[in-house]
Amino acid sequence: MEYFIQQLINGLTLGSIYGLIAIGYTMVYGIIGMINFAHGDVFMIGAFIALIVFLVLTTVFYSIPVALALLIMMIVAMLLTSLYNWTIEKVAYRPLRGSFRLAPLITAIGMSIALSNFVQVAQGPRNKPIPPLVGRVYEIGGVVISLKQIIIVAVTAVLLTLFWYLVNKTALGRAQRACEQDRKMAALLGIDVDRTISITFIMGASLAAVAGTLFLMYYGVIVFSDGFVPGVKAFTAAVLGGIGSIPGAVLGGLLIGFIESMWSAYFSIDYKDVAAFSILAIVLIFMPSGILGRPEVEKV
Amino acid sequence: MTQAVSLSAPATTAPSPIARAVREALFAGVISFGLFVLFIGLKSDQNIDNRLIVVTRWGTLAIVVALTMLGRFLFVGFLAPAFQARKARRAKVEVVSEAGFVKRNLLAIAIFALFLYPVFIISTAGLQGSLKWVDNFGIQILIYVMLAWGLNIVVGLAGLLDLGYVAFYAVGAYSYALLASELGWSFWILLPTAGILAAFWGVILGFPVLRLRGDYLAIVTLAFGEIIRLVLINWREVTNGSAGISGIPKIDFFGWFTFNVSDPNYFGKVFGLGVSGAYYKIFLYYLILLLALLTAFVTIRLRRMPVGRAWEALREDEIACRSLGINTTNTKLTAFAIGAMFGGFAGSFFAARQGFVSPESFVFLESAIILAIVVLGGMGSLPGIAIAAVVMIGGTEILREMNFLKLIFGPSFTPELYRMLLFGLAMVIVMLWKPRGFVGSREPTAFLRARKAVSSSFTKEGHG
Repeated sequence: MEYFIQQLINGLTLGSIYGLIAIGYTMVYGIIGMINFAHGDVFMIGAFIALIVFLVLTTVFYSIPVALALLIMMIVAMLLTSLYNWTIEKVAYRPLRGSFRLAPLITAIGMSIALSNFVQVAQGPRNKPIPPLVGRVYEIGGVVISLKQIIIVAVTAVLLTLFWYLVNKTALGRAQRACEQDRKMAALLGIDVDRTISITFIMGASLAAVAGTLFLMYYGVIVFSDGFVPGVKAFTAAVLGGIGSIPGAVLGGLLIGFIESMWSAYFSIDYKDVAAFSILAIVLIFMPSGILGRPEVEKV
Repeated sequence: MTQAVSLSAPATTAPSPIARAVREALFAGVISFGLFVLFIGLKSDQNIDNRLIVVTRWGTLAIVVALTMLGRFLFVGFLAPAFQARKARRAKVEVVSEAGFVKRNLLAIAIFALFLYPVFIISTAGLQGSLKWVDNFGIQILIYVMLAWGLNIVVGLAGLLDLGYVAFYAVGAYSYALLASELGWSFWILLPTAGILAAFWGVILGFPVLRLRGDYLAIVTLAFGEIIRLVLINWREVTNGSAGISGIPKIDFFGWFTFNVSDPNYFGKVFGLGVSGAYYKIFLYYLILLLALLTAFVTIRLRRMPVGRAWEALREDEIACRSLGINTTNTKLTAFAIGAMFGGFAGSFFAARQGFVSPESFVFLESAIILAIVVLGGMGSLPGIAIAAVVMIGGTEILREMNFLKLIFGPSFTPELYRMLLFGLAMVIVMLWKPRGFVGSREPTAFLRARKAVSSSFTKEGHG
């Protein structure tokens, strides 16, 4: 039983990170209907920014409270990653809006290749390890919970609440939902569609940056190619939950996290990704538009 | 904004393009400073104690930012108005010209040139010098041409977005690698076998995804490709894991002669030519050329057959397709199977050419590159796809050869490092420049009286 709860906690931690990335996929998909393939690499960029900020902080200040360091890393990562995603949208996706559906997909794949190789060229191809930031662990009734895991789940919960408020209760969120339903109509009603889309990319990137910072803190290492696997998992999560649905993305992220940690705990660690992908395929056979997704109705 | 300025006589209307270009350049400078300050200005490096430290590179940062500003300035100030002016000129002048001899027989000339390519290379670079050109440029590009033509059946004709095509390539490669080294079967038996196995896997993938459309289909095909790769890595008893399979037998020429120097009927001995690795490469070149041409031939013929027309109908409108009584299940499955079959052919050829296969060769990036070639080529246009493969694959290969860049950037400069970075950027730039690919128009297979190309603005790409 303890073992099961332990795995549940591990899955929750992993799922939180996937959920944060998946929101970026699902929001962009919801608003402009494209798969932002570069999002996984945007997440990696976020983690790298956090790494470099951490290194700068430790070089400049001899000792700095860990909480403050984490906060600075997170904020700088959010700002600069947003700048990245904003630029990518402006350069690579906006000129192709209203063009072939596959055209932005290809530029997104191109951007993904370019971003990871840019980081490889600029920062070197090696693993970048950092010393453990948060080491404390708690033991409650045989279950080990580390402070890192608590931070990840807490930060995710706070951000999701904030995010939920933004999307559901503010004028900005209303504009986003309007653009999602009908971009032309929203434009006619005086919504600046371009600006709304830009803000969507910025929001997605900030969440990915937080996920990147948490990823760096949790695993203590990052490498230029680390964007792909979490990116694909998060994308899988978004599709599993029903792409376009924000609660779906979080649910899908948690599900993928649970499947992965349970499978590696009870079956084999080698095939954990196979399990996650197979379950995606099986779920989609029975629910072709994901768990919480609305079925696509085609009007003739 | 750009349009308004350049369509009404440039340089007379305010604000002048130069002033605007300066403003845009400053803006781009600020943005690029923000983007690159941490990544180029600082570098995380390991010191002697294996701890990470930061190294500053402010000089490089300044150069990159300055270059970005200059680029933006030139683009906004000169390039964009020039493009607009050219566009306006083109719209006015109607080009009516009779197709010349070269244009009419372009296809025949191109195929003829491809057959003569090794002869030309040998006569200029010598037998040993030809190795690199035949192998890296000829065979490498032709493999991608064949793969892209195979994927074109699924994506370009049937309109089904497949992000896991490399899985079938892997199935073909591993079936040749395993069966040839374990059972010692000949390539000529294993080539069709690999094709059939890959087609079988195509059907297996096809069944669960029949109901899925668009991006759901995309992610499941991507997941399928990853599953195949992960199984290849983890099923160590059979596939030898990530170490891969080496010592895969070479292809022989129908048993008449072989390309192993130790064999009594070695090519060089049979014809009294001596020993050279180039013979095998040239043989492989012609083999892949024939295989690629077979793919093209089958595609062209299939387009005129009921199944090919059903694919294209499916791409244009699935509901109309169903209403007219087309069995969409069979149509989709045949598209997956036939596309996969050509992937399998290419895979078995790849295994024989390398003599070594490992899961490393079948990563998602390969699928992405093949799909990019199909889309950049113009989805459904065979010549367009061939052009895209030459530009993208040949372009990155040529970067390996640019040693003269060392003279400019110093001896530590390795152009190879920048290969994939430039590849990614090239994908973006080509797509922005030609969103419908190099050849956006389509040749109709059924027409009334005269065959007219369908303009790219009327072509569709399918939903799923």
